[in-house]
Amino acid sequence: MAINKDSNVYTIGFAVALVVVVGTILAMLSIGLKPMQKQNEVVKKKMDILSAMLTEMEMENISRKNASDEFDKYVDLSKAVVLDMNGELKDGKEAFEVDIRKERRDKNLAEADKNYPLFICEKEGKTMFVIPIVGNGLWGPIWGNISVGEDMRTILGASFGHKGETPGLGAEITQAFFVNRWLGEEISDENGEATKFEIVKNSSGSEPKKVDGITGGTITSVGVQEMVNRCLKPYVSYFNKLKSN
Amino acid sequence: MSEEVKSKAPKEPLFSKKNKKLVTDPLMDNNPVTVQVLGICSALAITVQVEQGVVMGAAVLFVLVLGNLIISLLRNLIPSRIRIIVQLVVVAALVIIVNEVLKAFLPDVSEKLSVFVGLIITNCIIMGRFEAFAMANKPWPSVMDGIGNGLGYAGLLILVAVFREFFGSGSLYGIPILGSPIPTPDSPLGSGLYEMGYMNNNMMILPPMALIIVGIIIWVQRIRNKDLVETH
Repeated sequence: MAINKDSNVYTIGFAVALVVVVGTILAMLSIGLKPMQKQNEVVKKKMDILSAMLTEMEMENISRKNASDEFDKYVDLSKAVVLDMNGELKDGKEAFEVDIRKERRDKNLAEADKNYPLFICEKEGKTMFVIPIVGNGLWGPIWGNISVGEDMRTILGASFGHKGETPGLGAEITQAFFVNRWLGEEISDENGEATKFEIVKNSSGSEPKKVDGITGGTITSVGVQEMVNRCLKPYVSYFNKLKSN
Repeated sequence: MSEEVKSKAPKEPLFSKKNKKLVTDPLMDNNPVTVQVLGICSALAITVQVEQGVVMGAAVLFVLVLGNLIISLLRNLIPSRIRIIVQLVVVAALVIIVNEVLKAFLPDVSEKLSVFVGLIITNCIIMGRFEAFAMANKPWPSVMDGIGNGLGYAGLLILVAVFREFFGSGSLYGIPILGSPIPTPDSPLGSGLYEMGYMNNNMMILPPMALIIVGIIIWVQRIRNKDLVETH
């Protein structure tokens, strides 16, 4: 007997069978690949932190394969701390486990409950502090890491990332030419006052506190400015306390 | 040759003229983008850089070939009233698989493509081929059709991206060709051609320029092949 393919029973049956089969395949795939994807995210996070403290030349030798080993060489996670928005130490939090991007997305999370992780690294015998930051670009989130030297003021390295900024325009924030404009800037003045960075047109890199934006990538550049100014504040207060002790 | 004609049901060779035409036609005279005018949105969105075009083309090729095969295998089982939904489920499932696998095995590529992988679902070429070809043809021709259309799409994407990246950023596949536009203390205008006052055409980076380039390609193609010119 031929099956009537236009009958309701057949149609519904086919739809149910299809959804069950596809659903099962996708669920199994998702569960099967989850550990690898998690691992990739962890490695990526380590690479981001490394790229803020190492020079471009040094980063060239670091790939996803050796990132974890290199990370352990430079960063002592047991020394890493988590701060609150006022720069006070928070207990009972693992700095590496804090997902600041997720916390920024979470609209129900109060400002006061947000965590500010700080990684303490050692490079060539000198201490460096790596500060993760997160903000908004034109199309989606942007993020980065800023490393500060032993004086707890001078920016020694930075790296930026984005989810979907315009290629050739806003997406250029990840490029070395933009990142290098931040090097040597100071995150606080002598009195411990947090610096208000300004993104400007053609500052020629000479004036302090002013950083060249990207032509055609104005909104993303301003997003970086807002992100840096907002995210560095708790750390400046924390550094001030460290210095006064 | 003559033996084949004699037999009642001649088994078509895998690479018969007809099957080859399924691959070569969409490359030029029946290009999914320039002739059928499908998949224009993604051709505008991701042709700023060649690399994106290549990866996107490869992803669409994969989804199209596998999807055509699956739909063709199921073509006699799919109830006609829900066939569009069934096709959509197949595309969506394949795209999710591509996305998850990329995330696990090629995390760097996955990061570069970000949302565009998900947008393959909305690419009309895929649904168009499922509905117009795979629903009515055997699996092997459907695979060939998928390869042809996928390559036709990828080829056009790369062609547009070459123009846009070269004139918009002065590079190809991320490699600077015309020197560096980034000012240094020694040369405030940058190096290479830029030192002599050349400037990138920022318009090239914006989507409208992609539309103009696709338009020019369509124009050139129709000058060369008058059969494609629509008469009204």
